[in-house]
Amino acid sequence: MNTRSKLFVPLVAILLGFVLGAAILIATHRSPIDMFYAMLQSVSGKNLRADTFNPRYIGEFVVQSMPIMLTGLSVGFAFRTGLFNIGAEGQLMMGSIAAVGAGLWIQAPPVIHVILVLLAAMLAGGIWGAIPGYFKARFNVHEVVVTIMLNYVALFLNNWAIVEVFKSVDRIKTPPIPPTALLKSDLLAQLTNGSRLNWGFIPVLLSILVYWFIIEKTTFGFSLRAVGFNKDGAQYAGMKVNRNIVSSMVIAGAFAGLAGAVITVGTFSFGRALPAAEGYGFDGIAVALVGGNAAIGVFFSGLLFGMLKAAQPLMQSQGIPKEIASIIQASIVLFIAMKLGIEYLMKKLKPRKAVTEEVES
Amino acid sequence: MSILLTMIPIALVYATPIVIAALGGLYSERSGIVNIALEGIMMVGAFTAAAVTAVLEPSTTWAAYYGIAAGIVAGMIFSLLHAFASVNLKADQVVSGTALNILAGGLTVYLCQIFFDQQRTNAFTTGLAKVSVPGLKGIPFLGPVLFMDVYSTTYAAILLVLLTWFVVYKTPFGLRMRSCGEHPQAAASMGINVLAMRYTGVIISGALAGLAGGAMVLTQDIQYTLGSIHGTGFIALACLIFGKWNPFGVLGAGLFFGFSQALSIYAKDIAFLQKVPLDFFYMLPYVLTVIALVVFSGKSVGPKAAGELYDAGKR
Repeated sequence: MNTRSKLFVPLVAILLGFVLGAAILIATHRSPIDMFYAMLQSVSGKNLRADTFNPRYIGEFVVQSMPIMLTGLSVGFAFRTGLFNIGAEGQLMMGSIAAVGAGLWIQAPPVIHVILVLLAAMLAGGIWGAIPGYFKARFNVHEVVVTIMLNYVALFLNNWAIVEVFKSVDRIKTPPIPPTALLKSDLLAQLTNGSRLNWGFIPVLLSILVYWFIIEKTTFGFSLRAVGFNKDGAQYAGMKVNRNIVSSMVIAGAFAGLAGAVITVGTFSFGRALPAAEGYGFDGIAVALVGGNAAIGVFFSGLLFGMLKAAQPLMQSQGIPKEIASIIQASIVLFIAMKLGIEYLMKKLKPRKAVTEEVES
Repeated sequence: MSILLTMIPIALVYATPIVIAALGGLYSERSGIVNIALEGIMMVGAFTAAAVTAVLEPSTTWAAYYGIAAGIVAGMIFSLLHAFASVNLKADQVVSGTALNILAGGLTVYLCQIFFDQQRTNAFTTGLAKVSVPGLKGIPFLGPVLFMDVYSTTYAAILLVLLTWFVVYKTPFGLRMRSCGEHPQAAASMGINVLAMRYTGVIISGALAGLAGGAMVLTQDIQYTLGSIHGTGFIALACLIFGKWNPFGVLGAGLFFGFSQALSIYAKDIAFLQKVPLDFFYMLPYVLTVIALVVFSGKSVGPKAAGELYDAGKR
């Protein structure tokens, strides 16, 4: 596939997704204009109607983008090895549990403590990712169902740990994590008029860099991709297919685990019991697919879906049900899945254009 | 022992939607389309059934049945998207199914806000009524457990198992459908319309998953919320693998999962289980699913061509 269609398919999918979203809004007597204003405000901080500017929206937009970039990297990394990781949600929760544990139980100087928290979360996420990886490699159990099941297991483990292990008083959140373990920044919060913006963007950007380096620049990444392209071919070339499957899931899990830490010690400062999954895993699937499983692509599509998420409260306040964001997101994923169909349509359109050019010349 | 007997009706209530949805998955996968969207289709079916029931309940006693019928239709329409994407546009079936699952969550809650001005449907008062079989309910032990105060959907599930077995293994249609899932090119060479077969498979799975969603919300809930289905579609999918793509296997696996869910309700009444935190019982069905998949992995014999793109020129 050439570079042009690599960019073309996601762009067409995004366009179609927004068109469909707008059509649904119109069909249910809501204004798509309001939705676009809300999205614009969440990115720029500027309310075009009231002509006010509030940088807090920009901060929140970045806060929303950070974890889904990481779950996007998680899903994308597994995709590159031919694995479909629907378990980023669960790996994220395990990372979050580990972050709370490392935050509450370890005492360390400021920067070191945060690094320990992040490492603990990556380790926990990696272990949670290793389980489906190992089952896939050893027993050839499809990773999709296992990762989905482990999401639910992680959810209930999280809720149990919050109450029983971390002794939550109100059964909703843990005692506050000490400031040494937090990514919080007064400076960043002040700059953005009191948003939850935090240092989390540093590990996120580093992760994107690491992802790019592993996949594009190392022999290990090459052999992972080879397994994704053609398992039997890779095996024949002497690559350790099973070991690559497990390593790929471990690294994918580590990215998602890190997302759990960024949320727990960055966006919040305590562990939370959850009534249901929060959808970061599904967001990651959308981010990875739209980003073409490439580091830079994940960055930009993370911003796109971060904007949709950040705009949700604004939409809701304008009388637009905020679920329109999930509808748009799902249709974009659906259109991306129809890639072959879209490419086929492109091919059908192309020759005709070539012919007309010939006639004109 | 008495606890086990009282658990049976609850286990049947839980098993019913799992079995029906898994049968739906069976039709789809036997025709060659992996249907991970069962969860999403169940959500759409549940939302439609709950909404119709809540609206019609004041005016008719048959509201729940209208609701279930509407849920079936909604499931069929929603599954058309999956059929169109994976059959016509050659979409990756797992990705397309995932997209439908996300879409179902967004769409149902969006429509709740449009119709009911809240994030859930209005509550219905009775939902599906329980029925008793006159005569049979007098049988000692079994009578009160299997024939008294049972939901009609449970009987429907058992009938559907028998019907599915007959259709899939004893009719020309079933043979053709299975051939499309095993070797579509060979099927096509015998004059079978693979695309039409796969459409049929997916639409039947949509109808059954819609029914399963309706049955679930009307027997286990008081209204539809985002959490009403909570992974039951995925458990149904595991059930299908666990039951080796065979209707009777699916029934057995479904009952197994039904019991494991009922256990979380009865755990507090069983002495040696009282100390175990409740969250671990909630976890149980999902953990068991993983274990079942691992144990039965080597022997699972799914349709060979399920999930593959159909390329008519491939040999």
